[in-house]
Amino acid sequence: MTSRETTPLPVRASSDQERARPLSGPGLFVYLAIGTYFGIVVTKGEVVSWFRIQEMFRFQSFHMYGVIATALAVAMVSLALIKSRRVQTVRGDEIVVPPKELGRKGYRYWIGGTLFGLGWALAGACPGPIFALIGNGVTVYGVVLLSALFGTWLYGALRHRLPHY
Amino acid sequence: MLELLSQPWPWYVAGPLIGLVVPLLLWVGGEFAVSENLRHICAAVLPTRNDFFRYDWKARGLWNLTFASGIVLGAAIAATALASPDPLVVSDATTADLMAIGLETFDGLAPAQVFSWEGLATVPGFVMIVIGGFLVGFGTRYAGGCTSGHAISGLANLQLSSLLAVLGFFAGGLAATWVILPLLF
Repeated sequence: MTSRETTPLPVRASSDQERARPLSGPGLFVYLAIGTYFGIVVTKGEVVSWFRIQEMFRFQSFHMYGVIATALAVAMVSLALIKSRRVQTVRGDEIVVPPKELGRKGYRYWIGGTLFGLGWALAGACPGPIFALIGNGVTVYGVVLLSALFGTWLYGALRHRLPHY
Repeated sequence: MLELLSQPWPWYVAGPLIGLVVPLLLWVGGEFAVSENLRHICAAVLPTRNDFFRYDWKARGLWNLTFASGIVLGAAIAATALASPDPLVVSDATTADLMAIGLETFDGLAPAQVFSWEGLATVPGFVMIVIGGFLVGFGTRYAGGCTSGHAISGLANLQLSSLLAVLGFFAGGLAATWVILPLLF
């Protein structure tokens, strides 16, 4: 059922957290609808603004901190409820959120995270907002997306040589 | 109503609405992990022998790619039918700091001086667009998640690994903002 990598990363097989998700399930339009909702919220909430990201990293506005903190609070309460009430998916499957392995040193998280942070501040967008900025008509973010795809591809090519856990 | 929705949404409205995406996606059998799509696109379009990209991207990622298409669509709706009547207000302190390092344009969602096809050919444009994008793609896959997967879903799931990743996101963001940006202009 799961299509796992044939050669998993050295330390733990669970490095690949993604599992097979339903191809259709409740219908792809449901994911389109949730994506549309998300695209509207991040645009109207100005989370997609390069300037808002700069305000955040310069500690000059509460906006982004407020957005992230309240999003996190809602997600945390929702997850706690899902776990305690054993909420199932619409298809009746158990909802499992596989924890990401920390390992002894957690290299992948702090090195990868720092590289991501550099890009986040330079481009002023993380992956969700990159898609939203393209939808907002800032077409040059198509180049940001292509560069991000190249970065993903290069990670895939080099990953066996990088420290992970 | 439309007039109200067209105003910029404050953080205490946008934040909780973003947080709701986590249970919504889990409920319909997905999960909030936008950067996975970058890998799925590589798997879908690049002919490769690399095992990292050889998997059934349709079975594993079609739902998520559909979610990402929705983001583009929703953003387009927000930018047209729900367009804000007034330009985005950037804090005075940030405007002053950015002017001091040489930024001249302050309209739109990103400074047009850099984030435009003309800007792409300049040094700041190349670094911020091409290298910035590259680092987002490389870093997110190395870290195993982005802002959605680590800062929101991961922290909400009380994962230490995500906390470490988010501290890295911040360290990198601060370094780019305070050290790299001033060197670019």
